[in-house]
Amino acid sequence: MLDLAKYQSVGAALKDALDRFAREVCLIEVDREREKERLTYRDFKERAHPLAKALQDAGFSAGNRASIIMTNQSKWLISAYAVFFAGGALVPLDYKLTPDEQWQLLKHSGATILITEYPVWRQLSVSAGRASANVQTVLVTEAPSNAELEGARRWEEFRSEGEPSFLPRTRKDIACVVYSSGTGGRPKGCMMTHENYLEQCVALTSLYPFWPGVRYLSILPTNHAIDFMVGFFGPFTCGAAVVHLRTLRPEYVREAFPKYKITYVSLVPLVLKNLQKGLQARFAALPRGKRKVFNVVAINKMLTKGRPRLGISRLLLKQVHEAFGGELRAIIVGGAFTEPQTLQFFYDLGIPVANGYGLTEAGTAITVNDLRPFRADTVGKPLPGMEVRIMNPASDGVGEVAVRGKTVMAGYLNDPELTAETIVDGWLMTGDLGKFYKHGHLQLSGRKKNMIVTEEGKNIYPEDIESVFEGLPVKEFCVFAANYIWPKRSMTGERLVLALHLEQGQPYSDELRREINVRNQRLLNYKRIHGVVLLEEDFPRTASLKIRRNVLAEGLSKLDSATAVLPL
Amino acid sequence: MRTLEQTTREVLDLATKHFQLPEGSLAPEDDFFKRLGIDSLQTLEMLSRLENHFGIELPDYEVQGVSDFKTLAERIQSRL
Repeated sequence: MLDLAKYQSVGAALKDALDRFAREVCLIEVDREREKERLTYRDFKERAHPLAKALQDAGFSAGNRASIIMTNQSKWLISAYAVFFAGGALVPLDYKLTPDEQWQLLKHSGATILITEYPVWRQLSVSAGRASANVQTVLVTEAPSNAELEGARRWEEFRSEGEPSFLPRTRKDIACVVYSSGTGGRPKGCMMTHENYLEQCVALTSLYPFWPGVRYLSILPTNHAIDFMVGFFGPFTCGAAVVHLRTLRPEYVREAFPKYKITYVSLVPLVLKNLQKGLQARFAALPRGKRKVFNVVAINKMLTKGRPRLGISRLLLKQVHEAFGGELRAIIVGGAFTEPQTLQFFYDLGIPVANGYGLTEAGTAITVNDLRPFRADTVGKPLPGMEVRIMNPASDGVGEVAVRGKTVMAGYLNDPELTAETIVDGWLMTGDLGKFYKHGHLQLSGRKKNMIVTEEGKNIYPEDIESVFEGLPVKEFCVFAANYIWPKRSMTGERLVLALHLEQGQPYSDELRREINVRNQRLLNYKRIHGVVLLEEDFPRTASLKIRRNVLAEGLSKLDSATAVLPL
Repeated sequence: MRTLEQTTREVLDLATKHFQLPEGSLAPEDDFFKRLGIDSLQTLEMLSRLENHFGIELPDYEVQGVSDFKTLAERIQSRL
């Protein structure tokens, strides 16, 4: 691994990695059963440098911002490297957002260059939001030869001859603007510095190391903080390889493990749970004679109580491990809360799950389970260099989790007010509730903030979806996370509810319910509300007439949640 | 060659069988996330079944943002 303490920027470290590991394979790209590409670090450099030169020739320079909206593929990483090489900052956006949401964030980020895929551009180019953003150059990958590009240029042809000049950056400069939320409401563009990434990489790889020959299967979107770190920066600075799948169909994902001898993979809890169900169904279908697997699991469980013993587990549970390729060292899970029984299930099979807790605002991860010992009911211990504190703990030790360290973001882009609310005296207030156990494991137990996280790892802020209900024929309305109104010591099954104040004498009619349903359907499935709460009083408001959400939530909390939430 | 109407009907029939619903209980405009209560993974599984049935390859990005059977059938039709 490179000694990252010596580096000032992500670009400088990657630049050296491409030379140091020139002959190693860095990327394998697969579409279903077809391997499309296999690149060494030298090949990667040869693809990226002409792109960096073309960016520089187009006037892209230090501090300029370029956005990437792409599914996981080699061109994502090649483009990102070219941007860093040219001294730019990256704005990685979620390809699953709607075109309007993407334009809003492009506008907010100030990106002047957009690098995207043809199917995404097909929708973006005709979206009304295009006019408002300041994007001057659009590069589109994989466009069919006869496609009308609506002012965009082909990524494959955007190349210049000659060597680009590397533009150095300092540790305190912004490397990426990563949106943790905020489409439609208040965009939260986390300004991540080069230092944030360099420090986080050192901390994470001290627990879960990469080296040449390691293969990481990239499934989580690369715009997500976890995949950016463990599916790009981490493996690249260690000479490891990243495997990209162009489809996420379970059957092809399953096939990839043995075919490419995967070492690490990151998953969201939903996918992990799905894997668990699949394995459990296979165990249950075993004929009586083969059921000794359950005894073997029990033996493995006993032998790995204090620490994982990969060699022993691979021997004892050969078939299970072979289904995962036989080289899997850990499944990294993140983005949302994972149920302890799922974690325990995999640990007992000898497949450790690196369960952690993180926020985009804090770098990738705050805590990770170091497996010494494994505690399925916790999110592990703070990473090296990370200070974690429980603020104002109650008698049971539970309080708000606060974080300080070199991986905490510089602040929210263009929002000093929100930054000041979030980073107080150098401590990042996470809005999550938790407590520490005596050996230093952190256990999360709920949320203080008005938001939900789905099992697929999506952060949903109520403010962001309210625009869909604008103009609803009611006196006033407000969307809440149900747990924010009725706090629950739980991190799963979170729901959004719509608080309604009807006009005097207005009934909650079938017609109104239908109208709410129609509008709700316009939201992406995971952003939808699950019920309505009716209120008969005026909503409390500030002098500037903004709803005082915390006061309103307090009022609502006096209602009984079991009867107050009307299903749609 | 199937008409869009036929394709739509076959999509609905297949989803009805796949999720073991009473016959005729799905409509073209139905949102499959809401109507079937499925997540994105189960949707991908349903897509694989549809691909096998129609003998086509439907890349994941083609169905990005699609949540009703009618649009899904249109995307399939364009590849038949």
